[in-house]
Amino acid sequence: MATEKNTPSQHERPISPFMIGPYYKPQFSSILSIAHRASGVFLSVFGSLLMIYWLVALSQGPAAYHNAMVWIASVPGMLLLAALCFAIYYHFFNGLRHLIWDTGRMLEIEQANRAAMVVLFCSAVAALITIVKVGGLI
Amino acid sequence: MKMRHPLAHARGLGSSKSGTSHWWGQRVTALLLIPLVIWMLYVVIVYAGQPYQVIQVFFSHSINSILAILLILAMLRHAQLGMQVVIEDYVHSQPLETILQLLVKLFALAGAITVILAVIRLALQ
Repeated sequence: MATEKNTPSQHERPISPFMIGPYYKPQFSSILSIAHRASGVFLSVFGSLLMIYWLVALSQGPAAYHNAMVWIASVPGMLLLAALCFAIYYHFFNGLRHLIWDTGRMLEIEQANRAAMVVLFCSAVAALITIVKVGGLI
Repeated sequence: MKMRHPLAHARGLGSSKSGTSHWWGQRVTALLLIPLVIWMLYVVIVYAGQPYQVIQVFFSHSINSILAILLILAMLRHAQLGMQVVIEDYVHSQPLETILQLLVKLFALAGAITVILAVIRLALQ
């Protein structure tokens, strides 16, 4: 009976990732893991929409393409591009880390954390270089 | 007495629902996306700000339109597989989950068809 009293009902039980914070200490690895998911969802929605939109505009001729590029070069368009840039580099480099894990390598906490630092460094540098380079051209 | 349905035995999945096909598909598309995304980033960096004609000529080369279609197909499949897991994990209303899963698949399929048509149209201009 005592356990029944102390056990929260099904509806009150915390589910991942919302248990991180109030119930479970945030860790480097768990934060990067949820960031991989979040960047994946962001790229799935906005990355694919933007690529499809750009290719369709391109296929409709110079006038449609010009209109699309005016929108992409606007402030909201450039902010979206910059966010996509960080998301794709992070998801790319962290995805490589996941693929290495899938082969059974680098699973020790210290190795995983070191690889995570490399991922963060590479994605930040690559994103900044790309944003400066492409932002100056559009 | 055997309690398992002969069909379950024939599928050979044990107690799992779909076996390893989802996991494997996510990895195969991920591997495919490594060179394709590098190619895409290269194209974006080199061709950003170029006039329409230059980009049209770029896509008139078969190798580039094939790579663009391959990239979008691998990307949409990878995205659909990823979104499927996210929806499975966080959407707990069964009717809503089914609708969302079908919508994601429909979007991926429609996106793939749209891109293939656009790239063909562009290449033939």
